[in-house]
Amino acid sequence: MSAPTLSPKRGLPGGQAIPATSGMRRLKDNIVLVAVYVAFALAVIPLASVLYKIISEGVQVLSADFFLRSMNGIGGRDAGGGIYHAMIGTLEQVALASAISIPVAVLTAVYLVEYGQGNRLSKVISFFVDVMTGIPSIVAGLFVLAFWILVLGFEVSGFAGALALAVLMIPTVVRSAEEMLKLVPNDLREASYALGVPRWRTITRVVLPTAFTGIITGIMLAVARVMGETAPLLLTIWVTKVINFNPFDGAQSSLPTYIWEQAGDPNQVAVDRAWGAALALIFIIMVLNFGARLLARRTSIR
Amino acid sequence: MAKRIEVSGLNAYYGGFLAVENVSMTIEPRSVTAFIGPSGCGKSTFLRTLNRMHEVIPGARVEGRVMLDQQDLYGERIDPVAVRRVVGMVFQRPNPFPTMSIYDNVAAGLKLNGVKRKNELDGIVENSLKGANLWNEVKDRLDKPGAGLSGGQQQRLCIARAIAVQPQVLLMDEPCSALDPISTLAIEDLIAQLKSQYTIVIVTHNMQQAARVSDRTAFFNIAGTGKPGKLIELDETSKIFTNPTEKATEDYITGRFG
Repeated sequence: MSAPTLSPKRGLPGGQAIPATSGMRRLKDNIVLVAVYVAFALAVIPLASVLYKIISEGVQVLSADFFLRSMNGIGGRDAGGGIYHAMIGTLEQVALASAISIPVAVLTAVYLVEYGQGNRLSKVISFFVDVMTGIPSIVAGLFVLAFWILVLGFEVSGFAGALALAVLMIPTVVRSAEEMLKLVPNDLREASYALGVPRWRTITRVVLPTAFTGIITGIMLAVARVMGETAPLLLTIWVTKVINFNPFDGAQSSLPTYIWEQAGDPNQVAVDRAWGAALALIFIIMVLNFGARLLARRTSIR
Repeated sequence: MAKRIEVSGLNAYYGGFLAVENVSMTIEPRSVTAFIGPSGCGKSTFLRTLNRMHEVIPGARVEGRVMLDQQDLYGERIDPVAVRRVVGMVFQRPNPFPTMSIYDNVAAGLKLNGVKRKNELDGIVENSLKGANLWNEVKDRLDKPGAGLSGGQQQRLCIARAIAVQPQVLLMDEPCSALDPISTLAIEDLIAQLKSQYTIVIVTHNMQQAARVSDRTAFFNIAGTGKPGKLIELDETSKIFTNPTEKATEDYITGRFG
């Protein structure tokens, strides 16, 4: 039996040693490596500098009082005061926005993936979700201002702010949930159907649990995004210095509008409060993210 | 509990494409019937029409009759979900539910259909796992995820899951094609045991497997790409593999195909 010979053009002629990596290839390798590190550093510099600035400036004003007091009775040049009323507002508004948008968005995604399967209605819905994704946040605020407050005649309230935030949350949650549902292997749906399980139970007991981790991640990204929205809230919740626990009645404060308000004040004490509130906002988002990750890990696919 | 299946004049479509044409056959209870044939000949499609899984695919539809004892599975008022509880299915690739434990995987068909009594479930899970020859391997880790088992164990888990709902017919779509020879042997032994209770239909690409496990064998073929698959002949396995009636069957079995 003769030894197999390699084609002279593509393989190595018999007996010859494998050549070392050429200098040119090593050079290219190093150039790309450096480019990747530079790009990474460029991406991290703004993040690190923002975090550094906010933490170093914000820590100065942090105290128990800062978290437990509102701005009620604090004059223009007074130090003191706090973010209690703004935290209450932000938490209530985001909770309400989530309560409105998550069911709507997840059910929309379920329809698109499980039922629509490319029919005309699902294409129309997909198109409008894309359009909604592109809406500037202030337009969402203007929409609620024009429709809810001016046309229907409701007053400004935390709930009106929540409506604006929900308009912003729905498209991002629909898109991410849709992608996650598409990742669920069809094998699992068929396995469930073959056991004589009806479709709706297959979706609620097999498909949604399998996609749960990804859907939660998408929801968290949307929550983190709307928590920092300022413009739509300015138009819908107004500004107030006092604590208002009821999101359905009258003006409420929120952390982003509080930051906007304080940072625009020419007094250093107010600017310091803005830094403190920014730090608190980042911290709240971080805690929520961490909680969602724990929840996702507990229920994830093992 | 095993039932006879009588198919007459069955056509299966994907949209406008006729995938399986005019199949009529009788599948005997308490026996194993194997479907063999080249890729794309419609044997899997035909198998999926027997528990109305074919129509799960958008645009797919079926004409003709499938009688399970005296009932037409395609009768006007028949619920496809109820059909699938009577005619179970095991797929080519093992597909345990990734979010569920071994126990919950086996109990899935019952739990998702509303059986909640713990005692009853415990008994059924144990019996099903014993029936699938998996009990001894997993009895100490029923709460561990089903996806952590080996491929062969996962497939037996899927068989346990299928028999836990106590079907009368078990359809198997190339159940061993993703498994190693040892696991294949385990599944084949299992099929031999299960046939005393169930009507079993198995699709396989492995002719030795068809010869080993089945009592009767059906040969499907296509005239060419884009043409519908047809049933060429169905007979005792020993006759198909030694003295088939049709020339095409003989050509396929002896490897002179094409």
